[in-house]
Amino acid sequence: MSDVPPDPIAIDVGSLVQKTVTSLYSHLVTRPTGRAVRMAIETQLSGAGQQSLSLIDLSEVTILDYSCADEVVAKLLQRYLHERAHEAFFVFCGVHEPHRDQIQVVLERQSLVAVGETEAGSFELLGAPEPIEASSWLVLEQHGLVTAEDLTDLYPDEDTRHALDRLVERRVAFRSPVSGRYHALSRLVRHLL
Amino acid sequence: MNVVAVPGSLDHQTVDGLLDAVAAMQEQRSLFDARHVRWIDPNGMVALLAAGSVARDRQGALPRLELPESVDVLGYLSRMGFFREAQGIFDFDGHPPRRASGTSDVLLEITQIQGNADVHKVIDRVQSGTGAVLASKLHYPATAVVPFSVILSEVCQNIIEHADASGWVAAQAYNWARRLGRYVVVISVMDLGRGFRGSLTEEHSARYGDRWGDTTALEAAFLHGLTRFPDSGRGQGIQQMRRQVQRWNGAITIRSGTARIGQVPEWDDSPPLVDTLEPFPGAQISIILPARVDE
Repeated sequence: MSDVPPDPIAIDVGSLVQKTVTSLYSHLVTRPTGRAVRMAIETQLSGAGQQSLSLIDLSEVTILDYSCADEVVAKLLQRYLHERAHEAFFVFCGVHEPHRDQIQVVLERQSLVAVGETEAGSFELLGAPEPIEASSWLVLEQHGLVTAEDLTDLYPDEDTRHALDRLVERRVAFRSPVSGRYHALSRLVRHLL
Repeated sequence: MNVVAVPGSLDHQTVDGLLDAVAAMQEQRSLFDARHVRWIDPNGMVALLAAGSVARDRQGALPRLELPESVDVLGYLSRMGFFREAQGIFDFDGHPPRRASGTSDVLLEITQIQGNADVHKVIDRVQSGTGAVLASKLHYPATAVVPFSVILSEVCQNIIEHADASGWVAAQAYNWARRLGRYVVVISVMDLGRGFRGSLTEEHSARYGDRWGDTTALEAAFLHGLTRFPDSGRGQGIQQMRRQVQRWNGAITIRSGTARIGQVPEWDDSPPLVDTLEPFPGAQISIILPARVDE
């Protein structure tokens, strides 16, 4: 068994919108459009095995409304959050200023968190993390990888270590079942950007 | 015959009177006398279409529309696509001016919203030229076209998801030199569906008891984000529209049934709540975005 999830899958939402919504329009607007795109993503993931890591690329999407953000981001995360048979991790890239508010709002509303590339090569924890989760995520993000040996140095108190485990449960950090090492999701998809 | 005197200035301030008059009309055929109209904005045009549709459906005959005498108003109605949409709603004489081909000053001509493809069409249309209008007239940043499009998308989806009927949307920029001393963009969206009370009754009326009505339904949706869908991801559209309109110091009002609720900035003297209107079907939404004033 590998220490990291299988090779990440890159999913270009801009291209999915055009393939899925049988029209020439490429904007991610209206709930049925968002639902169709989410279902297309789910179809791509259906053969991915027990674990998957997907890079959802929004960089080619010009307009993203709240209804679509709810379907393509919030409902996609919710769909897999408690799924044990398929442990799915997501990183959203191309979350630039025009999309950021919509994604932040739908994540907050559903008390979700997600890792997003908000500027080229720069990742943030979006949504509604607890402050201790946000700071724990930041430590992991800065180091990329936290081994068992590093753990007590980087996370000296128990609360922060629990917060790190909660980030794994919330699918915004990956812990290897083999080595027990914690991986920042951004590091696992960086080669695809 | 019912005669409806269309106000000389038909805009967001006067449409309630027109809609009230039609809501209170008897079942004889109607005549809409618009001969003296000198000024009309998207709210006026879309309200005229809504009022004509209600009269037609109630009276079983196309109401007659006496066209404005002003050549300028006729030309403007034509450029906004009013006559195309008025076919099948009004019976009118004469040959309205044909729309000129080529570039138009219209931000978003009157567009019927029946399904999601229409929302895509609207968003696609406003991508070209709107950014320039928002920047040059309203001094908004170049990126404002995105939240502007998101507002349009959400407000149009409100028709499809909650009205169960078709509606119209239109938008235009105006120089409110005397009224406000700056440019504004006016967006109007109206439908003839079941209205907010009709949409929310089954899910939410019980908890309001005797207080349930058009006003409480509007307050529930507008202030508290309630929706008929049990899904907690729903109900964000109106809340986020309000937030964005407030960021731009704009005004948003929604009339539904006998009530109108609004979020009004300091430059607008409209009351935030009116609950004595005649019962008109559907929902009528007006958004006014003023030019930015540097502090």
